[in-house]
Amino acid sequence: MPAPLVRSPVHLAVAIDGAGHYDAAHFTALARLAERGTLDFVTLGDSFARPGLDAPAVLARVAPATERIGLVPAVNTTHTEPFHVSSAIATLDWVSRGRAGWSPEVSTTETEARLFGRRPAANAADAWHEAGEVADVAARLWDSWEDDAEIRDESTGRFVDRDKLHHVDFEGRTFSVRGPAIVPRPPQGHPVTVIDATAARPRAAAVRHADVALVRTQDPLSARTTRQELRDRARAHGRDPERLRVLGSVPVELHTTADAVELAALIGDWHAQGAVDGFHLRPADPERDLGLLVGATVPVLQHRCLLRRFYPGATLREHLGLARPVNQYALTGGSPS
Amino acid sequence: MTEPKKHIHLAAHFPGVNNTTVWADPRSGSQIDFSSFEHLARTAERGTFDFFFLAEGLRLREHKGRIHDLDVVGRPESITLLNALAAVTDRLGLAATVNATFNEPYETARRFASLDHLSGGRAAWNVVTSPDAFTGENFRRGGYLDRGDRYSRAAEFVATARQLWDSWPPGGEPRPFAHHGRHFRVEGTFGVPRSPQGHPVVIQAGDSGEGREFAASCADVAFTRHGTLEAGRAFYADVKGRLAAYGREPGDLKIMPGVTFVLGDTAAEAQEKAAEIRHRQISPQNAILALEQVWGRDLSGYDPDGPLPDIDPDPESALAQGRVKIADPFATAAKWRALSEAKGLSIRQTVIENTGRQSFIGTPQTVAAELDAFVQGGAADGFILVPHLTPGGLDDFVDQVVPLLRERGAFRTEYGGSTLRSHLGLHTPA
Ligand SMILES: Cc1cc2nc3c(=O)[nH]c(=O)nc-3n(C[C@H](O)[C@H](O)[C@H](O)COP(=O)(O)O)c2cc1C
Repeated sequence: MPAPLVRSPVHLAVAIDGAGHYDAAHFTALARLAERGTLDFVTLGDSFARPGLDAPAVLARVAPATERIGLVPAVNTTHTEPFHVSSAIATLDWVSRGRAGWSPEVSTTETEARLFGRRPAANAADAWHEAGEVADVAARLWDSWEDDAEIRDESTGRFVDRDKLHHVDFEGRTFSVRGPAIVPRPPQGHPVTVIDATAARPRAAAVRHADVALVRTQDPLSARTTRQELRDRARAHGRDPERLRVLGSVPVELHTTADAVELAALIGDWHAQGAVDGFHLRPADPERDLGLLVGATVPVLQHRCLLRRFYPGATLREHLGLARPVNQYALTGGSPS
Repeated sequence: MTEPKKHIHLAAHFPGVNNTTVWADPRSGSQIDFSSFEHLARTAERGTFDFFFLAEGLRLREHKGRIHDLDVVGRPESITLLNALAAVTDRLGLAATVNATFNEPYETARRFASLDHLSGGRAAWNVVTSPDAFTGENFRRGGYLDRGDRYSRAAEFVATARQLWDSWPPGGEPRPFAHHGRHFRVEGTFGVPRSPQGHPVVIQAGDSGEGREFAASCADVAFTRHGTLEAGRAFYADVKGRLAAYGREPGDLKIMPGVTFVLGDTAAEAQEKAAEIRHRQISPQNAILALEQVWGRDLSGYDPDGPLPDIDPDPESALAQGRVKIADPFATAAKWRALSEAKGLSIRQTVIENTGRQSFIGTPQTVAAELDAFVQGGAADGFILVPHLTPGGLDDFVDQVVPLLRERGAFRTEYGGSTLRSHLGLHTPA
């Protein structure tokens, strides 16, 4: 079955990468600008091996200074503890009141492995297999508290209903986690998982675990084919393809209003061809490009009714039109489905 | 000649995951919504406190093989939360408890350096060591480290983090680092330039000889349980006495016990309120649970309003998981029995009498005077205040006691600097 032609308004996200920036004001200003343009979310890249701040830290710092914009930091799953990762992203969702996502990434270099000195560099296949496991266990931990686990029942003296807290008992190839989480289930149920699905290995993880798949391509036809493939494979894994958003991830460089209008035309063209659900824009220089993007590209798209003019909801899932996930333990009364 | 008056250091503990919080009180708010943390932090900053403090537990406690359900449970991850609080405060120090057993130096050093940058120099790290394999079941590392190894890993962990923080000179380019030690073998280039404090403030909490030695060798603040005047003085003298061996001055380590407080218009009213709070903290179910933790046995058949059991504790018990173990259950049980018999106390009353921590109870005037006396009398450099209500539990203290401390010349009227090191009067590391 072919994918339905994409006709809903486009989803727009923007990378505010700025390795080498260390002050909160810089990142806050960019996120606020993106919010002014009613974009769905900002992404922030990260790597242990290059100069730059911890991405989840930056976006947590930005959260109280913004109101609606989704916040999606990159998170390395190779050298971190899955339990800590799940706690940090759940907390980002709490402090942003339901606007958190995360973008799992892997590390395969010796340079990064030596910064930790704990395991040798992994190959991409193993590292992405593990990233998939981390995404899986994170979701289980987010579900390990049912939404109504806190009861404050004075008559029995119980603060929580322990029947609504679940061990996850996850056994992966390289790690195990007993659970439950220390952080109660976050506002969105699951913060949004964004995976760059351009290469084969992360694509395999994306079709299982991503809410949003990014595809780096310059060409609407190949984007459309890839979107179809991603949806088919998600369905093969028992997922509803309507719950996967595919965004074309494209570099942009805007110097003039004319550039910004041209970008709007390109977005409109791809949209008309049903190629993608939206775009992840990667500005060459966010400080320069974001102003024109929000000041000129966005109004053109809004004028053509391709982009909303205001946020109809409060959470990132609402921006993306994604339902709040049902708790995998609540359904089955204890064991994961 | 009179010595200049010592200034008191004050910190605010967000109470959670313990039986301090009277969660059934109608004024008790959310333990997880950001607004609760924001309220307490803003109150602490209004009171010109040194820092805001978050504890950590990496596994939900269990009792008799089941998740413990009587007390507050569930909390955010500390560093992420503190980064968000950095956006809604300006001067307040922000302290996260982060375990040195289930983390790695590169990542931890990077996360604290990031917090220090994003808060403009207000980060602190409370270095704790986990004593149990129970917690390890949530981590790649797993396993168990005995006390000696835990602290040798913690000390090497802090030393490695400082090496990373130092690898990037102020305003300069990073120099490669290499650390090859017993617990860690790491090398490369650190990704974060020198942060506003140079080194985020290091706090230590842990009471054994090894823990005290660790504090003396490398901590800036010791968070302790010794809140009474006598115990505080003994601890203070002991730990300050250990500093010289590391070439450090007594002022280089601030000793701050965790304490509670209850205020009333009269002494009698405050005492009454305190008794009521203790009663609510130790519910009948909590009384039996506390007893089971000492005895290591299922005592669910006992009446909380009745006498203590006459059976002996089980020293091999693994009834309680995720809590610091009671070192000598026989001695503790004997002490509790003696008290119960001497005063004719029920189980619940005995637990109430035995499990309290130092509490400053009285009118704002007497509480201010007593806090001041503790600091001037060499029992502490300041206090980490643990309110019994979230999030409004510090409001009265800041409105009523802080002005009196200021009048006494024992507490700042405004922040002198912008970094936590400056509030604490600590050197900026070279
Ligand atoms: C005042 C105080 C606060 C503590 N807070 C924590 C905490 O938040 N998280 C934690 O895992 N351990 C905490 N600990 C436990 C210590 O890190 C340590 O594991 C424990 O005290 C056993 O070490 P010791 O034998 O040196 O006392 C705390 C200890 C003390 C005395």
